[in-house]
Amino acid sequence: MSLDFYLQQPFAQHALLAGAIVAVTCGLIGPFVVMRGMAFAVHGTSELAFTGAAAGLLVADNAVAGALVGAVVVAALLTVLGGEERDRDSTIGVVLAFGLGAGVYMLGRYHGFATAATNILFGDIFGVSNGQLVLLLAIGVAVAVVMLVIRRPLLFASVDAEVAMARGVPVRALGALFLLVLALTVTEAAQVVGTLLVLSLAISPAAAAQRLSANPATVTWLSIGFALLATEGGILASLASDTVKPSVFVTAISFTIYIAARLAAARRRPAYA
Amino acid sequence: MTAVAELRAASMRLGGRTLWDGLDLAVEPGEFLAVLGPNGAGKTTLLKVLLGLLELSGGSAFVAGVAPREGRDQVGYVPQLRAFDRALPLRGRDLVRFGFDGPRQDARAAVDAALEAVGARGYADEPIGRLSGGEQQRLRIAQALLGHPPLLLCDEPLLSLDLSHQHDVTALLDRRRREDGTAVVFVTHEINPVLPYVDRVVYLAGGRWAVGSADEVFTSARLSSLYGATIDVVRVRDRIVVLGADGEVEACHHHVH
Repeated sequence: MSLDFYLQQPFAQHALLAGAIVAVTCGLIGPFVVMRGMAFAVHGTSELAFTGAAAGLLVADNAVAGALVGAVVVAALLTVLGGEERDRDSTIGVVLAFGLGAGVYMLGRYHGFATAATNILFGDIFGVSNGQLVLLLAIGVAVAVVMLVIRRPLLFASVDAEVAMARGVPVRALGALFLLVLALTVTEAAQVVGTLLVLSLAISPAAAAQRLSANPATVTWLSIGFALLATEGGILASLASDTVKPSVFVTAISFTIYIAARLAAARRRPAYA
Repeated sequence: MTAVAELRAASMRLGGRTLWDGLDLAVEPGEFLAVLGPNGAGKTTLLKVLLGLLELSGGSAFVAGVAPREGRDQVGYVPQLRAFDRALPLRGRDLVRFGFDGPRQDARAAVDAALEAVGARGYADEPIGRLSGGEQQRLRIAQALLGHPPLLLCDEPLLSLDLSHQHDVTALLDRRRREDGTAVVFVTHEINPVLPYVDRVVYLAGGRWAVGSADEVFTSARLSSLYGATIDVVRVRDRIVVLGADGEVEACHHHVH
């Protein structure tokens, strides 16, 4: 089948639209994920989306709703248990280990088709329904609005928490809110590229972008652009190839962008330290 | 003139220990006040009270006539130098911009003016993690002073700066308080870098305190009674050297970090 043919099909159009929404939200939060050193939080919350999905299947036969509720629970849990910044990663590790165990148990108890839960592990961009698309869009808009509103104070809190606190910026509340936004974004992204590959949208584009500019606004635009390029490029390449899953291309493109950005940065400014 | 910052019978107990008790202090506009004392004497705690981040155990605190929490807009804050990560995607001007609260279209001009005032225009667009410690501190001062607050609180801003940068930073603060009337409260381990500029000194030690000019506070008798031990204060040319039973009190603290 030709790419032209596929582009006429609703499933492909849905995929491209869903991909765009996920890419924009991931690109938007990515710079903060990198700046705040929260790569492991992305990894943890995305894998825990599997647990949420399994719980959703078991309770209400709805993996997506389960994953979204799970994201909120995980964000709340990590905020309560999180404490100091240097404990954060071990807290995530502890919650992640328990969560995955619980997920396996719940999936074992579920007697329907378990593909809905495993889809969240590997992504099912070509299976996005109208209803899911609407939900995705709603979450995407909510995430974008919150990020737009808290951008500047969150940037202040992320680079210089001590002074931000002294100036009355609610540093802790912003951290908790960002974790919630991150968990929702990551869960949403998991449906496109899958839990296991979320890092390639929430981290790689931003990590590449910050190699190329020190201007926070430029970094955000580049990060969104790279995420879009990886997602839409990946979906189109998958359609054209007929057999290879989009996740493969999405991760390959975002890795290529990252390497290219590092090479470009090294040429422009030698790493002297 | 009303005081920019004021403590009345202020006391602070942390972890069952009294840091200071019955402290009376009024900081006048344009005054350069140094806060000294050994580690753990409550110097930073005093700043945190004025920043509205900590409540006093007793007495009262005011900033520009109101409670510190309400007076936040009246205060600029310069912390200890903690070097920024080299890869941090942030320019000098972005750090300064955090000090701006007004309408968006005025930000650029306000940031440029603040950069100009500290002589940081030349490196304002560089990634902040690649600047020297002295340059980073200048940018922090520009951020703190952007809104022209009547009070500037500095917590060991010279720590880990070399001598020439120490001199630059203190001279910059001194010029600012003379030209703008900004009162400067300056926490430091060492009196000498700020000695040419200070109007008064607050010395905290052993749960006691002393306030006065550097000449009044830095005497063997005064410091001995604060520490409850024999302390010798020696003047060497234009420097003050404080000698305790266990060596040079000030210099020791200075090199701990």
